Amino acid sequence: MKEVVIDARGLHYKVLNDMVHRAIGEGVGRIVLENVAGQRYIGDGLKEEVEIVIRGTPGNDLAAFMDGPRIVVEGNAQDGVGNTMNGGEVIIHGDGGDILGYSMRGGRIFVRGDVGYRVGIHMKAYKDLFPVVVVGGCAKDFLGEYMAGGLLVVLGLDGKDELVGDFVGTGMHGGSIFIRGYLDERTLGKEVGVTEPDEDDLTLLHRYLEDFCRCFDLDLGEVLRKPFLKLYPHTHRPYGRLYAY
Amino acid sequence: MAKAKYRPEFIVQRDDEKCIRCQVCVRMCSNDVHAYYPDTVISDSFKCVGCHFCEDLCPTGAIAIRRSEPHIKENYHWSGTDVYNIIKQADTGGVLLTGMGCDRPYKDYFGHIVLNASQVTNPSIDPLREPMELRTFIGGKPEVVIIGKSSEPELRTQIPPQLELETPIMFSAMSYGSISLNACKSLAKAACDFGTCWNTGEGGLHRDLSPYAHRAIVQVASGRFGVNKEYLDAGCAVEIKIGQGAKPGIGGHLPGEKVPEEVSRTRMIPEGTDALSPAPHHDIYSIEDLKQLIFALKEATRYEKPVGVKIAAVHNVAPIASGIVRAGADFVVIDGIRGGTGAAPTLIRNNVGIPIELAIAVVDSRLREEGIRNRASIIAAGGFRSSADVVKAIALGADAVYIGTAALIALGCHLCQRCYTGKCNWGIATQDPYLTKRLNPEIGARRAYNLLRAWSLEIKEMLGGMGINAIESLRGNREQLRGVGLNEVELELLGIKHAGEAW
Repeated sequence: MKEVVIDARGLHYKVLNDMVHRAIGEGVGRIVLENVAGQRYIGDGLKEEVEIVIRGTPGNDLAAFMDGPRIVVEGNAQDGVGNTMNGGEVIIHGDGGDILGYSMRGGRIFVRGDVGYRVGIHMKAYKDLFPVVVVGGCAKDFLGEYMAGGLLVVLGLDGKDELVGDFVGTGMHGGSIFIRGYLDERTLGKEVGVTEPDEDDLTLLHRYLEDFCRCFDLDLGEVLRKPFLKLYPHTHRPYGRLYAY
Repeated sequence: MAKAKYRPEFIVQRDDEKCIRCQVCVRMCSNDVHAYYPDTVISDSFKCVGCHFCEDLCPTGAIAIRRSEPHIKENYHWSGTDVYNIIKQADTGGVLLTGMGCDRPYKDYFGHIVLNASQVTNPSIDPLREPMELRTFIGGKPEVVIIGKSSEPELRTQIPPQLELETPIMFSAMSYGSISLNACKSLAKAACDFGTCWNTGEGGLHRDLSPYAHRAIVQVASGRFGVNKEYLDAGCAVEIKIGQGAKPGIGGHLPGEKVPEEVSRTRMIPEGTDALSPAPHHDIYSIEDLKQLIFALKEATRYEKPVGVKIAAVHNVAPIASGIVRAGADFVVIDGIRGGTGAAPTLIRNNVGIPIELAIAVVDSRLREEGIRNRASIIAAGGFRSSADVVKAIALGADAVYIGTAALIALGCHLCQRCYTGKCNWGIATQDPYLTKRLNPEIGARRAYNLLRAWSLEIKEMLGGMGINAIESLRGNREQLRGVGLNEVELELLGIKHAGEAW
């Protein structure tokens, strides 16, 4: 596989992304971006089978509208990771920012650290498209807001008490959220219920957690030692009776 | 407690001597107004929505639909509508819904503006015998154009991507879901045949519409329905929908019962789930955030097509439009208070937003004052009824207009305002296959094409009268306009003189 290393130091995002596109056009299968410092839109709209390794901190909208590549961030990412992403994989070894996975329809995002506000907002699944976001640390307020499909997992591996912020799943009408450990029910949006995961849920969870642990060199057994809680939407039609016909 | 009866809004009158009991009305009415009993047809006026479908279909002209007088005592302050709305809300506890654009009697500024014509001192042009240019380019224009000096003409300036339109009229955003596939097909085909654009709305691009995608402006809204790389690549331009004139500040909400298989496939959501597009894009809380999405879309489409932003005309429309242009949009769509919709809360539609005439004028003025008018095109939308409205909008400063309601009227719409029920007898605002097949997309396309042709001919006539031979020379040319019966503030905002004042 052809590999290329690009030094992103001092490059405007447009120049950097042009270089990435050109490399892909030349059939490069693995692109390593060194010294990335806030350049936006890396991987934006890419469909090709390519691996992009980012050393440094990529800017907002990493992997937006992406549909295929695998992106590995050896550091933290900023806001809007995987915005309207349709397929592919984003592995973040540090933290992720706000609205990670916004309207994501397929593919998966694994974050080893914490994530910000409104993560997984508008996530939706359709037929064989099934988006998955697994967060190793904690998430802030409005996790899974308006969520319509897919899978959101928060593991809290770093031992903090509060895994999620307030208003979890507000407006949620599809998909499921799994929280590893304790959850204060007062933090939940009113459209969400809590239950224990059943056999099918656990099988699904194991599948993704196995991959997650492999990515970050974690012990699956250790991760599974704590029980999970499942959050589910009460209805697919949260706003069905609003109107006077 | 005695329950108040609703009044029938319409009275269905049947001339029994003319009625031949063919039962076309019985079979056709989706609201079940007509029923056949042996040798007689009876009609339940309470169910009639006033769409006039049966009237137009009746082979003997036996049916007449008349507006009924309210059977309560109306007064200056309390209209029958007010009273019956309260009764309906007391019954249901729900939000009042409606369809189409605002029908309240706010001042019609187009109706108070008149156009100029040439007499003696400058010649008018006969468009039948002289070339008349309606071609319009949508997109940012460079500050200066540098032409190379070699023997062959050579453009050295890189021109931003443009939409090339044969007439300054496009079809506004109406999603598959809000209208039927046959209605979408009619407009899409007409736009392609005429050389203008149609707009997917926020419902994705149905696979049957892909032959017309090269003239589709694809919309991206907060719910991102149907948005993926193929969708962005398919269209000729991308439009970020922030708001619409019929419901500024309100999001889209396609109820689950209107998400059957085909709609679900196009929007890429499971069948029967609510399609929620909240008013805020949660990645956009500022002009800077908007810039981020504009450039995310430009990056995703490799800077090959214009990316615009649609907003509703609200009080702050001029500074907002300025921010949008500075954020890098190639066009700004402004949708006025008369802008239509498939469903909106009645009170929002009727009370929120400002008239498009004022919005066009203040946005154009603001962008000129700031010296950034060239950076983006202005597309005006919201209740254009005729070519005269279009000409006035362009003279006020718009580059092109979007028509929605007018286009649907060309397809058969009779403005009954019940689009939200999904029972449109004309096969437009419905997904019921029994109803949608009434709209033949070939005939629909021809009628929509005819409308574009007729309006374009009229625009040429009006331009010729003014002594102008290109729509470019009309754009922002407010000297061609005069107000009639407008006060000083209105004239100042519109940037026009009162009739009677010379140049």
